[in-house]
Amino acid sequence: MSCLQTIQDYGLRSLGIGERLLPRDNFTLCEQVILIGSGMIWNVYFGVFALASGFLLATLLGVGKASTNPLFRKPASWFIFLFRGSPLFIQFFFGYFLFLSLKQHAPIFDAFSAAWLGALVVLFFNTAAYTGEIFYGALQSVPKGDVEAADAYGLTGWTRFRRVIWPTMLRLAWPAYTNEAIFLFHATTLVFFSGFPAQQQMGDALYYASYFADKTFNPFIPYPILAGYFIALTLVIIGIFGTINRRLNRHLPRSQRRKIRLRPNLIR
Amino acid sequence: MFEYCVDPPSLEGLVWLSCYLTTGKHMAFYGAFGTVLLLLAITAPTALAFGFGGAMAARARLAPLRWFGKGYIAIVRGVPDIAFFLFFVIALDQGIEYLRHRWKCPEWDEPIRQGSDFLVCQAAKMPLGNSAQWVHEAYGFSLAVLTFAIVFGAFAANVLFGAMQAVPRAQIETAEAYGMSPRQTFWRITVPQMWVYALPGLSNLWMVLIKATPLLFLLGVEDIVYWARDLGSAKTPRFTDYPHGDWRVYYFLVLLIFYLAFTRVSEVVLDRVMARLTLGQATTAGEAQRKGA
Repeated sequence: MSCLQTIQDYGLRSLGIGERLLPRDNFTLCEQVILIGSGMIWNVYFGVFALASGFLLATLLGVGKASTNPLFRKPASWFIFLFRGSPLFIQFFFGYFLFLSLKQHAPIFDAFSAAWLGALVVLFFNTAAYTGEIFYGALQSVPKGDVEAADAYGLTGWTRFRRVIWPTMLRLAWPAYTNEAIFLFHATTLVFFSGFPAQQQMGDALYYASYFADKTFNPFIPYPILAGYFIALTLVIIGIFGTINRRLNRHLPRSQRRKIRLRPNLIR
Repeated sequence: MFEYCVDPPSLEGLVWLSCYLTTGKHMAFYGAFGTVLLLLAITAPTALAFGFGGAMAARARLAPLRWFGKGYIAIVRGVPDIAFFLFFVIALDQGIEYLRHRWKCPEWDEPIRQGSDFLVCQAAKMPLGNSAQWVHEAYGFSLAVLTFAIVFGAFAANVLFGAMQAVPRAQIETAEAYGMSPRQTFWRITVPQMWVYALPGLSNLWMVLIKATPLLFLLGVEDIVYWARDLGSAKTPRFTDYPHGDWRVYYFLVLLIFYLAFTRVSEVVLDRVMARLTLGQATTAGEAQRKGA
């Protein structure tokens, strides 16, 4: 079977399109590369959607934790503590079994017990908590002079936040947020190894990599392929976030621009 | 456990619960918390040693050693850790068996990889096929410890490498001016001073390590996640004296609370250690302490 044929069969296998049966023996390098790459679709899906939705909640959490009103501060702090203090792996399990029990009472939770929505919700809360803490830290270090200048111009409330505080917060938080984005994409590999089952063998990249490692009993081929994909993905994230970082800092003199210091990859 | 637990179906309420929570399997579940703590107690110093070695290698003057050190740090940090956990457990096992095979059965002429099989002679099996159950468990546990140490060693190496670089240049130059050799400078000046710079990074790493312990489950160790899944799943009267529905969500709630409490306590203790170490240091935090007093 030619490699082109393999791409047609397995290129979208992780979405259930193409050949139904996974290869069983005589695995070619092409099959492993294509199938693991097909699984990356899930990793990108989880990462992109959790990041985009998490950003909004994180802004609320960051502002809430920095608020002087305990009515906002307490819930935000507790939410951040809950999701930063416990392992993501346990959160996945807990979320899955919680959705399973809720399903018994309300059929609306049917979709939540599948990975595409349930795991996304857990990842969304998790990344919102981590990012919220980053934003909180950035809010605390917004220069006093910026806020005083805004006051002097007569800006108040929402306008002051939108025009002065929020952009500065983003600029200060961006290097740390880039790291968070990289962690998040790496964390998506946990989804199919926790409670969430992979229906009809539609799994993510690590799912297929471990499938091949189990079948061939040779970890030295599938895992390096997976590593290659993730290094490429990490470089893409760094590229995109670096571009945004340059745009956020475009008004600053070159010497004051903050370089993104990358410290990728810590387990949550 | 208790005397009144002889006939479980006749029990009610709290009495039933007290019997249920003291069954043999639950005792194994409580013991598994010990396994997690044991793993942490062994892994933390081992990873620190790996990290120290890695940081020293990354600073070495010999180029291949330096490349090895930097490569170790960069590769482990660039890839999802869980992939490394899954990889190293098989890779280490096969590596050990391969070396033993070469050493114990030199006359063996068939290839080791035959299709999807990994074949070594009987004498090279790790652990030996006829060894006791606890040997198998201990072997699996040590592989897990080694895997954790390799992965977290890379993180620790990165932290320690940064801390060694952060020791003020003037200190090193003074040591050189006193005629100390590079080795003496390293052990007498750099190493004692680097810890205060390394501590924030290392305490962060400790929190991460705590939160990584449930991955033991993926390495095939019977840890708390294993028991929580096992005990929580629905039980019918045919197989157990204590039938119940699907209680996994409650068991995982217990694990969640365990980890929250553990990270919280660690945070408080590490903050105290940091406050103690920064006392009188010429850093921003030390200055803030001085002003506050």
